[in-house]
Amino acid sequence: MSFLTQIVSVAWLSVRTIRQRLGSSAVAVVGIAGVVIVFVAVLSIAEGFQAAKKNAGQPDRALIMRGGASDEMSSGLDGEAVEVMKQAPGIRRENNVPLASTELYVIVDLPKRSTMTSANVPLRGIVPVTPQVRYDARIVQGRMLEFGTNEVIAGRGAAAQFAGLSVGALVKTGQVTWTVVGIFESGGSVSESEIWADARTVQGAFRRNNSFQSVLVRLESPAQFTAMKNWLTTNPQLNVSVVDESVYYSEHSSNMTSLIRTVGFGIAVLMAVGAVFGAILTMYTAVSTRTREIATLRALGFNTTSVVISVLVESLALGAIGGVAGGLLAYVAFNGYQTSTMNFQTFSQVAFAFAVTPMLLLQGLVYALAMAFIGALLPALKAARLPIASALREL
Amino acid sequence: MKYLPLVWKSLWRRKVRTTFTLLSIFIAFLLFGILMTIRAAFSLGIDLAGLDRLILIHKISLVMPLPESYKGRLQSMPGVEIATHNSWFGGVYQDPKNFIAQIAVEPEPFMEIYQEYKLPPEQMKAWLTDRQGAIAGKDVAERFGWKVGDRIPIQATIWQPKGGGTTWEFNLVGIYDGEAGVDKTQFFFRYDYLNENRAQGEGLTGWYIVKIKDASESLKMAQAFDAMFANSQAETKTTTEKGFIEGFAKQIGDIGSIMIAILVAVLFTILLVVGNTMAQAVRERTSELAVLKTLGFSDMAVLSLVLAESLFVALVGGGLGLFVAWLIVLGGDPTGGFLPAFTLPPRDIVIGVALMVAVGIVAGILPAAGAMRLKITDALRKA
Repeated sequence: MSFLTQIVSVAWLSVRTIRQRLGSSAVAVVGIAGVVIVFVAVLSIAEGFQAAKKNAGQPDRALIMRGGASDEMSSGLDGEAVEVMKQAPGIRRENNVPLASTELYVIVDLPKRSTMTSANVPLRGIVPVTPQVRYDARIVQGRMLEFGTNEVIAGRGAAAQFAGLSVGALVKTGQVTWTVVGIFESGGSVSESEIWADARTVQGAFRRNNSFQSVLVRLESPAQFTAMKNWLTTNPQLNVSVVDESVYYSEHSSNMTSLIRTVGFGIAVLMAVGAVFGAILTMYTAVSTRTREIATLRALGFNTTSVVISVLVESLALGAIGGVAGGLLAYVAFNGYQTSTMNFQTFSQVAFAFAVTPMLLLQGLVYALAMAFIGALLPALKAARLPIASALREL
Repeated sequence: MKYLPLVWKSLWRRKVRTTFTLLSIFIAFLLFGILMTIRAAFSLGIDLAGLDRLILIHKISLVMPLPESYKGRLQSMPGVEIATHNSWFGGVYQDPKNFIAQIAVEPEPFMEIYQEYKLPPEQMKAWLTDRQGAIAGKDVAERFGWKVGDRIPIQATIWQPKGGGTTWEFNLVGIYDGEAGVDKTQFFFRYDYLNENRAQGEGLTGWYIVKIKDASESLKMAQAFDAMFANSQAETKTTTEKGFIEGFAKQIGDIGSIMIAILVAVLFTILLVVGNTMAQAVRERTSELAVLKTLGFSDMAVLSLVLAESLFVALVGGGLGLFVAWLIVLGGDPTGGFLPAFTLPPRDIVIGVALMVAVGIVAGILPAAGAMRLKITDALRKA
């Protein structure tokens, strides 16, 4: 018998006989699957959160805020300054109207559906030109709000996460009652966590006089960004900071995603160490229950390499089952799971969905195989070193 | 007790196996300790929140300002001990990534209400005499290497200074400390300094904190406050501080349940592994156990011997794991000050020990019962 066929037949034998060691093999599979589920699930939170932020930024949009403001919430621009900003070069115009959306960003208290406790939901004041600037948003239910009224439209994420945001519903904040007339979506981005209302109405309701908080402009092309930024920041009438919209959102998500990633990886690594020990124990048990069998193989003339490989293959097979099962379970249970969290910069809620990406599933599987491989090394050596004579006598 | 050497010997019958079992349990409880710490950190020190403290915020939302004039009206309500207000500053120290909570307060009533912040009396005195004075928590001071006497520049984001520019300067006059679990990452400065020097928003403040005389009256008092400001320019929403923090923590998301879900998965897996190993250990020793019984060991004694083994493994492995977790937590917050409190709550240590005992018993009970029921004759014949 050639060397290779020996290896294949011994490995196949040990894989086929897994069924006889169902109890201990199941332990290894469950252990590895558990680690993979946690690993994939935790990282899918970070993926989903990042995706929501990433989709929000368009390369041909820029955000203008007051100089020094780190986010829309803390920014403030007065009405006259805003008119000057609209003259900046590079801003796209349609029918001679600059595509500059002058906005307000405030938060209102609404109950979260899951807990019915109050949550800070962002409310954005928009102007008639906003739909042309935020061209990625579209109404999926109901209709667009009418300017000059108390009508609002709610993002898909907001409508799902917070109570009382269905078309036709009335929402009371302070002394103002809003009517929800539509639901919009914008590619799963953070805007979907918001409620949009007429900026003029918001100014009145929140006592902002004629002031805004930010201006989102649509550029003729992404290349115009620098020219526009220079014009705005060197203008002595203005004190503003200008950021690329995608940069703004990716910077805002970095704290949260890195926190989730650090915690997620930390937990996954510790759990993996535990699972490796579990795999080692399982494979030891497998080897010791098969002591006589292995010794018989050796006595029959099978070489030690094939015995070692058979132990490794058995473990890898268990690891693969665990990895695939864990990944699938995580996918079924968590992919698309809608949740919301607090954005610490603005104290407002961000709705997002867990995203179990194919890349994460692959990572999970590789991780499972690695655990299985490491776990099998020592037991494989033990199997190889079994003294044939005494092993045959055992049990 | 005299059987201890026997338990010890049978444990180390298979050195490698016992070592790895110990290690699995060690890891499980290390995780337990760390996850419980994270859970506590995300509950934002809720266990320390006072029930006799009420928080008033603007009814529309937390970010809407309230007028400074509410203080006098609150203070004159019967049943109110002290009322004061805080304002969120939200500035940036050096880099926007260095998140620090900076809050403008009225030093005297503030420190009177928050007895858990410990500030040396001479530092308190210095704060009262220096308008630009500020105090920082021990953790944040350590993080940035601040010492009393340092001048700390902070970039404004919301409140621009009147004189132009964007920088506010503070004199660090004190560093406050507090028990484990008290948030020592905050930066407090004087409201009068902010109010006199900001370009806009004079006379506006963020939220009120009211200490009431009788905690059992909190619900009634909260309703009375909200009724007092109803139909005014700025209506309020009053909750107990505990309720407020709870609500805030809920907004971050249910970190607690995620942590517990992970732990259940971990402990269940470990239970399977340890149980399986114990079963294997007993199976291998069938003949030895039979010999013990022949020598006159009672069924109960055999049962306790096997149980003692698994309990020993669970307690030693788990105890070490929890201990190392505690050491890691002592080392401080790995996120560099993002989490306000980072300690392993004593209550969770007790729960941990109880879990170890549970794991030891559950993992050992089936093999132990099997050992107890062994028929001497059958068992001896098997060998």
